[in-house]
Amino acid sequence: MTDKPTLAKTDRIIEKGYNFAFLDEFTKREIRRKILKAVAIPGYQVPFGSREMPLAKGWGTGGIQITLSIIGDTDILKVIDQGSDDSVNAVNIRNLVVRMTGAQTTEDTTKATIIQTRHRIPEEALRDEQIVVFQVPFPEPLRSIEPSEQVTRRMHARKDYSKMWLHLYEDIVKHGRITIGARYPVMINSRYLMDPSPIPRWDVPRLNQAPVLYLFCAGREKRIYAIAPHTSVEPLEFEDYAFEVEDFSGKICERCGSSDTFLDEMIDEITGSKKYFCSDTSFCDKRKKGGGT
Amino acid sequence: MNCGVGEGEGKRTGRKKGREMEMKMTIGMGEHDTGQALKVSGLTRIYGSSCPDCIRMTGPDHGTNICRVCGSVVACADISFDVMPGEILGIVGESGSGKSTIVRCLYFDMEPTCGEAYLRCYGKGNIFQVSSQEKQIIRNLYTGMVYQNPQLGLKFDITSGGNIAEKLLAANWRNVGRIRERAGELLERTEIPLARMDDYPRNFSGGMQQRVQIAKALANDPDVLLLDELTTGLDVSVQARILDLIKDIRRNTEAAMVLITHDLGVIRLLAERTIVLKNGRIVEAGLTDQILEDPQHEYTQLLVNSVL
Repeated sequence: MTDKPTLAKTDRIIEKGYNFAFLDEFTKREIRRKILKAVAIPGYQVPFGSREMPLAKGWGTGGIQITLSIIGDTDILKVIDQGSDDSVNAVNIRNLVVRMTGAQTTEDTTKATIIQTRHRIPEEALRDEQIVVFQVPFPEPLRSIEPSEQVTRRMHARKDYSKMWLHLYEDIVKHGRITIGARYPVMINSRYLMDPSPIPRWDVPRLNQAPVLYLFCAGREKRIYAIAPHTSVEPLEFEDYAFEVEDFSGKICERCGSSDTFLDEMIDEITGSKKYFCSDTSFCDKRKKGGGT
Repeated sequence: MNCGVGEGEGKRTGRKKGREMEMKMTIGMGEHDTGQALKVSGLTRIYGSSCPDCIRMTGPDHGTNICRVCGSVVACADISFDVMPGEILGIVGESGSGKSTIVRCLYFDMEPTCGEAYLRCYGKGNIFQVSSQEKQIIRNLYTGMVYQNPQLGLKFDITSGGNIAEKLLAANWRNVGRIRERAGELLERTEIPLARMDDYPRNFSGGMQQRVQIAKALANDPDVLLLDELTTGLDVSVQARILDLIKDIRRNTEAAMVLITHDLGVIRLLAERTIVLKNGRIVEAGLTDQILEDPQHEYTQLLVNSVL
């Protein structure tokens, strides 16, 4: 697919009556300062004054605030939702940014300078000048085992993660394996335990020693955190129960024939059979155009 | 604070193995190394605003631990004692005499108002003055605690094996098979059927809960074991088995134990030395036999005479 006609470079219209990129300059400055702090302490959750956005909380208000704070008029933006450029949420976020900044958009991962994403990392290799912005619903990795914010902060300060390890141990005792799917807890730089947002386990190894800057923002929970480029990211694992990514062996994408990408499962309504498709739609399109794998 | 906070903090945290007795033995207390596993001096804990008169206005001479000037409660003041490796030190005293406060401070459940404590196996000085990260390490690796109420010492929604595993995980054990092996070993030692390993402590009897607590406390072969009223509230036959277990631990480990109780029978059976507490002060200290046969302080005499 090509860029949307309304977003063509020739007639970029910036909405009148609004500051460039919707947020006022002081807000953008605050958020950029908090991003700098987050990059300086990878994995540490930096509180920030999350603003009301023209978007319901839980629909990417965190991600959009980061994107609007760092975007300039030469940036090229890609927005995906579960790997797809065409979901309603992704399209609306993209339209908002374009109306407020006149920025160019793309669906091609390699051409984008800023990639805002919900729950996936694009399949294609990322470069060091790119920034990936994650929309985060729950920034606190310890929340599921400890309801008190005061206590979880103390646990982070003391690097006391035995409760999380205990949770994994109990999981193994009960189910014979670690049952966490998305939101798999990871150690950043051997210091802070971090919630990588609900990306599938498939994407977790992509966080480790990546050339690209990963920024995470939870609008409702008012937290920013980051993984600086070339930072070690280790999923929690036991020596005898290692971290594993999703297994798609024997399955291929029905559209492009890919066997090395994260696949979504669909059930054919007529035959009732299971079918698999690439979750990253633009990469799937690319491969299809290029004549399959 | 010049107690060496932070010098080589990562040394302990970075290590992979949980049990290294030999290594522990070689680390001395430096200038404080005179063989004691635990040395406490001047431990004081005051609840409330506290004023300069608090210490002077309270204690056995005044028959109260509430300061008349400011109303603060002096839970314990100027407590000094030491425990040798493999020794059991008894602490007796009536309710409110400050017994539990002492062990809770030593286990970092509460902060002392002032005072010092040194562990032979921990060479970085006064344990009350190190960073909270270091305290976490001391708490998990070098000390074990058994509370009177198992609800405090155990997580009831985690399996008994998991409760023991928590200590091991805190000591960087990262192999489920080995953790379960060790947990099984400890449960066996505390006479809990292995079949109950993946059962929840809430389904256990009081005596069994107490034994799981002991197993948990022993997980990392601690140098100091703090036992707070561990037999109180249990029936006599269960008490006897728990006390046998403690004797067994004394025979087989080098752990120094601090045994808090108001039961002189327990003291007579287990403790080599005893200190007697009243209104937050030590009123008498010495060999257990001596204290029980020939009590010097008025309060100790009353205590010994009132045994049924």
